[in-house]
Amino acid sequence: MSKPKFVYVTYVRTTPEKLWAALTDPQTIRKYWFGITAESDFKPGSPWSLNFEDGRTADTGEILEAAAPRRLVIRWRNEFKQELKAEGYSRCTMEIETADYYPDRGGKGAKLTITHELEGEGTKFIEAVSAGWPKVLSNLKSLLETGDVAFQTRLQSHG
Amino acid sequence: MVDISRFKPKTVYVIYIASTPEKVWQALTSSEFTRKYFWERDVEIEPKLGGAFVLLRPDGRVNVRGKVVVYDPPRKLSVTWQVEWPEEFRRLPECLVTYELVQAGEAVRLTMTESHSWDVPEAILSGGRMGWPAILSSLKSLLEGGKPLAIAMEPPKDMIEAIKKLR
Repeated sequence: MSKPKFVYVTYVRTTPEKLWAALTDPQTIRKYWFGITAESDFKPGSPWSLNFEDGRTADTGEILEAAAPRRLVIRWRNEFKQELKAEGYSRCTMEIETADYYPDRGGKGAKLTITHELEGEGTKFIEAVSAGWPKVLSNLKSLLETGDVAFQTRLQSHG
Repeated sequence: MVDISRFKPKTVYVIYIASTPEKVWQALTSSEFTRKYFWERDVEIEPKLGGAFVLLRPDGRVNVRGKVVVYDPPRKLSVTWQVEWPEEFRRLPECLVTYELVQAGEAVRLTMTESHSWDVPEAILSGGRMGWPAILSSLKSLLEGGKPLAIAMEPPKDMIEAIKKLR
């Protein structure tokens, strides 16, 4: 049995460089991540955290790999829900590739693959990120393509 | 009637679209939209239970044929899904594709579920797992910005090999 894992792929009309910037720039992150801010210089070995608008810490961890504009790996633990924190650290890998357009294959878009895997055992953390990533990444795609997010409010009923 | 209880969900993809359930429903069920975001395929759907569902390639060949199993606009659409082209894909047992639409704040949550009635190998599931994100990303781009994001794609080699082994 493999470890609990969530994989999500989205395609965005942008360049790998702009997508990388959107994933690592705190001001941009805040726009599509419902007010959450990231604190990190996104260099290998550096600390990393996500914080709510009211200052509470959401998640903490460490940057394991950062190869702009292709690959970012974060060691990641939830800090604000006891049952999620109890499951320990996870590993989130973000990979950016170019994708040819169809049918002319002229020009390229960007493909983003998020793989979020728990280091140990448990199901609750992966369930939580499975609900969260589609919202965050749908908003990110909208922001990069249209200049506006798909929705502003965090949807409480789904975590 | 098709007994849908024998189909088990194997692949789920969720995407949020700045639109209304009615517009997303229209984009899923009218060829004016599908030919823009779904690799130039035309959809034809008889809007009733048991009605015919067809996806046509630009050359007129039938790509997918099925039957409407749930028709509840603008909330839920389920169709059986038998691939007819490429020809060797006919060996695949039909699957069930379900779209569910829910208003979520200022957006619509679209959930696509691909369900199978047999112990389907991962290699065969990899086709849908590769295709759906591209199709539905393009649908989102089309509805939000007026332009699809059509991505060039071929079925994974492992999938084709696994299909050749089916009898």
